[in-house]
Amino acid sequence: MPSRRRFLQAGALGGAALLLAGYAAVPSADPAPADGQRRWLQPRDAEIVAALAPTMLGRADLPLAQVIDGVDLAVAGLPPATRQEVRQLFDLLGNRWARRWLAGVRSPWRQAGQAELADFLQRWRDSHFLLQRSAYQALHQLIGAAWYGNPASWAAIGYRLPAGVMEMLP
Amino acid sequence: MSGRIPDPLRAGLASGWKVFDGSRQVQDLDWKADVVIVGSGAGGGIAAEVLSGAGLDVLIVEEGGLYSSADFRLNEAKAYSELYQESASRQTADKGVSILQGRTVGGGTTVNWTSAFRTPPDTLRWWQESYGLATLTPEAMRPWFEKAEQRLGIAPWQGMPNPNNLVLERGCQALGLRHARISRNVRGCWNLGYCGMGCPTNAKQSMLVTSIPAALERGARLLTRVRVERLQGDQAGKRIISLRGSLLAADGLTPSGRKLTVRAGHVVLAAGAIGSPAVMLRSDLPDSADLTGKRTFLHPVAMSAALMPERIEPYNGAPQTVYSDHFMHTQSLDGPLGFKLEVPPIHPLLAGVTFPGFGSAQAELLGRLPHLHASLALLRDGFHPDSQGGEVGLRGDGSPLLDYPLNDVVWDGVRRGWLAMAELQFAAGAERVLPLHTSAEPASSWRQARAMIESLPLQPLMAKLVSAHVMGGMAMGDDPTRGVVDEWGRHWMWRNLTVVDGSVFPTSVGANPQLSIYAFAWRAATALRIRLAAG
Ligand SMILES: Cc1cc2nc3c(=O)[nH]c(=O)nc-3n(C[C@H](O)[C@H](O)[C@H](O)COP(=O)(O)OP(=O)(O)OC[C@H]3O[C@@H](n4cnc5c(N)ncnc54)[C@H](O)[C@@H]3O)c2cc1C
Repeated sequence: MPSRRRFLQAGALGGAALLLAGYAAVPSADPAPADGQRRWLQPRDAEIVAALAPTMLGRADLPLAQVIDGVDLAVAGLPPATRQEVRQLFDLLGNRWARRWLAGVRSPWRQAGQAELADFLQRWRDSHFLLQRSAYQALHQLIGAAWYGNPASWAAIGYRLPAGVMEMLP
Repeated sequence: MSGRIPDPLRAGLASGWKVFDGSRQVQDLDWKADVVIVGSGAGGGIAAEVLSGAGLDVLIVEEGGLYSSADFRLNEAKAYSELYQESASRQTADKGVSILQGRTVGGGTTVNWTSAFRTPPDTLRWWQESYGLATLTPEAMRPWFEKAEQRLGIAPWQGMPNPNNLVLERGCQALGLRHARISRNVRGCWNLGYCGMGCPTNAKQSMLVTSIPAALERGARLLTRVRVERLQGDQAGKRIISLRGSLLAADGLTPSGRKLTVRAGHVVLAAGAIGSPAVMLRSDLPDSADLTGKRTFLHPVAMSAALMPERIEPYNGAPQTVYSDHFMHTQSLDGPLGFKLEVPPIHPLLAGVTFPGFGSAQAELLGRLPHLHASLALLRDGFHPDSQGGEVGLRGDGSPLLDYPLNDVVWDGVRRGWLAMAELQFAAGAERVLPLHTSAEPASSWRQARAMIESLPLQPLMAKLVSAHVMGGMAMGDDPTRGVVDEWGRHWMWRNLTVVDGSVFPTSVGANPQLSIYAFAWRAATALRIRLAAG
């Protein structure tokens, strides 16, 4: 199970980061979010998606709740083994020590600036570690699927369903 | 409701077909049949039609649900979660290749892009020479291809290729590369371009609207939403005595807790080239060559996008109508990997997850979707001595995982593929060309593209590789030391087990595989029918 092994290594890496962190200032925690229930994403995961989506998708005016719901739906459709990996990824990113020392994002996700988030995405995308690249790709795919699968995204890219056919569907 | 498209599956159900939804069963099922067929895709569908036609009591068991034209909404998000294996996000173990496979009644044929090629003669000859499959000559196989072609309306496409395909055609013309139009399994196609989301007009002659209905019409039973877990072999190590499966809940993923047991005289395995070996591995049923799940091939696909001055609308029109085999013949069959050039349809969701880059870079590219074209290079794996494919294994929870290491021969093919595609795209008038790789930048000339492609790091999860063609893993061979099944798909060890899906191929096919699977399945099922009739 190479993929799982890699995420366990991530845990080990996280452990090393935690040790390192002992020498530095304590990063501030993500405030506990209050809002609604989803099938799969926990409120803390939703905050991470909300923080990353505008930078990932290059749009400031996203309907964030819809993107979060889209990610939730996408994850719910994955087989348990893959869902478990996504769980580990969000748990890792949601850990403030890992956020600070693995992702290199100083402030809590909600407050992180766009430049800082873009740096993080780029670093993981181009990383020498397969683990970080696969984490980036997982975020890219989940957020990309959530947004571009949503008809709200289509006008901006000039896409439209063939109207005549839609009318003939039962 | 006049003017609406009729749904033959709904009509059949209303007429009393024996179709059972596994998620609705309130108790365990304990069934008997002459033949149980695992999987309802290309191989399973054909086998069901052939065997039910002989008056046998056939039971088809399928992990996916029954969705038909009335459910098909031209909607990616809905289609991928309902009709695809792992919501269309199945990946190899290191996540280096994304794999598209169907998981619904009709399997991959319900969502495939309708390109139809006979098994290339050089592939058949290779199987004859290297696997002792002496009788599989192009001449001997011809009647089986013809049968499948007639049954499924496979014929040269008469329509005008869409602009996406015309880019490939123009590029080939400009560079003098051999190219041709693609035959398709359609009847009365509306030229919509939504084959991958399930054909809303029933024009695509998938198993869903052809062989499966024919089998049901003859009294075959179909049980959907059941995952076959294991087969039980007898003490003597010769016969399968029963099959066990888990019925799934309405989400189609989680076991409902209800179980299926089937006792059948014969088992036909058609769960696809990842699913079938997985059933055998879970069952601990060996083969004497220890080849089950090994040498699994993908036709790894590299892609190149291009911005064209003209409108392409790559989401509209028959998805694949032009191809070039030029690079299949520029080196020997077992030399550096040959590749077939085609184009993929581009719809928003899949583009969003497949096209590299994030932020404004990706947004700007996708913002020009109506002008986007993409080509694909489909690598012929399994012939070069260093191209051994991948291996299907099991995760802790029993689900299959394909480990497909990307080695130098594959990367060499990927790089040559990008180069060939970029040159063709510029020859066809592209303004910008972008190989699908996270470090690539859109190039504005062939020279610039070439320099960039030569320096791209060849690493998994940097290069975007995909596959919709899974083959091998329970290969044919002339004796039990070099094959899992014989040329009739019959298991060398478990004599009442026949494999009829894409897993029987000893190498990749070297062409989009559906017609090869139909023909081989038809041949295998006919042989089985004769054996069963003889008692
Ligand atoms: C998007 C897409 C486009 C394609 N385009 C083309 C094309 O244009 N031309 C071409 O030639 N080929 C194309 N293909 C490939 C082609 O469709 C497949 O090669 C072919 O369908 C494989 O047939 P099969 O019988 O091996 O398996 P499948 O068709 O995959 O069928 C296997 C079935 O078994 C079921 N199953 C799996 N495991 C179990 C289990 N444990 N219990 C019960 N059921 C199980 C699955 O749900 C599935 O329905 C495409 C495929 C895809 C996904």
